[in-house]
Amino acid sequence: MSANGKLLDVQHVTVEFHIGGLVGGTLLTAVNDVSFSLESDKPEIFTLAGESGSGKTTLSRLLLRDLEPTRGKVLFEGRDVSTIRKRSEFIEFMKKVQPVFQNPFDTFSPLRRVDAYLFDTVKNFGMASNRRDAAEVVDDALRNVGLSLDEVRQRYPHELSGGQIQRVSVARALISKPTLILADEPVSMVDASLRMEIVNLFQKLRDEQKVSVVYITHDLATAYYISDRIGIMLRGYIVELGPVEDVLERPAHPYTQLLKESVPEPAPKSRESWAKHIELGITEVKEYGRIGCKFAGRCPKVMDICREADPPDVRVGRQTVKCYLYSEQTTKADTGTQS
Amino acid sequence: MTLLSVQNLRAYYQTEAYGISRTVRAVDGVSFDLVPNEIYGIAGESSCGKTTLIKVISGNIKPPLKVLEGSVNYSFGEYKVDMLQISQSELRQNVRWKQISYVMQGSMSVLNPVRKVIKTFQDIVDTHERIRDKNKFLKQTHTHINRLGLPTDVLNAYPHQLSGGMRQRVAIALATVFQPALIIADEPTTALDVVVQRGVLHMIKDIQAISNNTVLLVTHDMAVHANVADRVMIMYAGRIAEEAPTESIFNAPLHPYTQHLINSLPVIGEKSTKASLKGSPPNLADPPSGCRFHPRCPYVMDECRTVVPDLVTVKERHRVACHLVEEASL
Repeated sequence: MSANGKLLDVQHVTVEFHIGGLVGGTLLTAVNDVSFSLESDKPEIFTLAGESGSGKTTLSRLLLRDLEPTRGKVLFEGRDVSTIRKRSEFIEFMKKVQPVFQNPFDTFSPLRRVDAYLFDTVKNFGMASNRRDAAEVVDDALRNVGLSLDEVRQRYPHELSGGQIQRVSVARALISKPTLILADEPVSMVDASLRMEIVNLFQKLRDEQKVSVVYITHDLATAYYISDRIGIMLRGYIVELGPVEDVLERPAHPYTQLLKESVPEPAPKSRESWAKHIELGITEVKEYGRIGCKFAGRCPKVMDICREADPPDVRVGRQTVKCYLYSEQTTKADTGTQS
Repeated sequence: MTLLSVQNLRAYYQTEAYGISRTVRAVDGVSFDLVPNEIYGIAGESSCGKTTLIKVISGNIKPPLKVLEGSVNYSFGEYKVDMLQISQSELRQNVRWKQISYVMQGSMSVLNPVRKVIKTFQDIVDTHERIRDKNKFLKQTHTHINRLGLPTDVLNAYPHQLSGGMRQRVAIALATVFQPALIIADEPTTALDVVVQRGVLHMIKDIQAISNNTVLLVTHDMAVHANVADRVMIMYAGRIAEEAPTESIFNAPLHPYTQHLINSLPVIGEKSTKASLKGSPPNLADPPSGCRFHPRCPYVMDECRTVVPDLVTVKERHRVACHLVEEASL
């Protein structure tokens, strides 16, 4: 499809926000030198996970071209998205990249029938020329998510359950036949007994519709369940990136290790290890402003060098880790083989 | 010795406008006891009546919420309180915050954004117990904060300067200034990420261990209950589906709904396919007949559609409301 075979290519992207007054104030780096890419011929579910304030949502806004990066580039199908200027081009871009939001009851106005949104989307993207064709397009999209037009026609949001309306939200995103869906915490507002149907739906879309999904979440258990690759974010950096099995079963970065340990297991047998006390950050800005590794203040394996400069990206097994711990090991291993 | 005894509680929302009346049966025949020095978990999805139950037991009963039947009795040592009869002034003077306190979900909405944290402490203490000696109050607040393991800097910060986890812990510190006998924590960690959630829950456990009070922990996250609670109650559509000590509810869940809740949770290190329940949570204005879970239950029998199952004790401290289990125990 594109020259380099990449659907989405994020290259060393940095976003800085100015916080504080006009004169004073500081720069807050919400996304810091982030790079990753999705292949166009191999649809996958890519998870961005991290705590609140780690830059996940800023990154998703970048991918939707809602925000321009301070430095770096976001390439979609080989084209820098910040060069999209004309409205027709932007519509073409929006057709291919569609969002699914967190709270389905906020996505839809309570005073408007949900099918109106679906027909609007068909109209805005010019997917059908008359009303009957439009109904067909809408029905197709709804069938992909296990609903049908008859079930949602003339319905208001409150008449549908949380799971159903989130599926309508996904169906709306599917109308324009996108190649990439950005789902920002799509299940956190959905009831526990209905959550898995949404999660399974994304898997089905990947396998049957060949849609790639960028799944943004802080729930590592569902991330492990559905995704192929995962990027763990911390204060604007992706600190660890790789296949989900490697990253979550054998985490290399101390932060990922802490995260994994903190996920409560739904079984009382893990009580003791989970009850081990941990240190928490007091304020948010302090960690953002830190020089060097942002995790240095909480890291159990902190070294002097961690506080001086940003750690390098190191390849450990199949994952990429931003940590000095492994850069030393690799250099040691290198000298070991030489001598 | 019980701290709180709730018997056959029915609390409905009754609204009437233009001659059309509507009754939402949010809590429908709930009975349970709390004993001192335990962490009691309540689990269930949204609109299962968790919050209504909490409203009633914390004495926050305002129309359209109405208690039709049942009793809510506390015994704080010698001091006995009937929550459905108590006057508002007594509730404020002697019970609220002194004996029962409440930790809410959104800590940002609990703290006043334009006042320093210490001022919020002052407001709360002043409401329940006039501050006569300001120095003494400051000293006591500092000791309280230190005892909970928080840095005293937080007192002089504005809420927006604190991280989400620290704000939530300040909200917990606020709820425990008078060392209440019962702390009700309503989804205290829902908006937080796992690392912070762990820290906040540790703090709740620590407070409970130090002051031996009772914590009523409400959350839909079964994994949190598995790691924190001593006993767990599962609510479904306004009724208790199952209640048991944490070990037995997770190792041998008896109600089909509990089984689904536990088995549908994804676990890191295991990739088997998990499914959702069919159907959707019932509308409490028009709940299904018989067992309220029957339209979604995989083991539904004819009996379930018509007869309401009783909450029966099957083992020591293990109560279940399901026809299947009744049959098994006969």
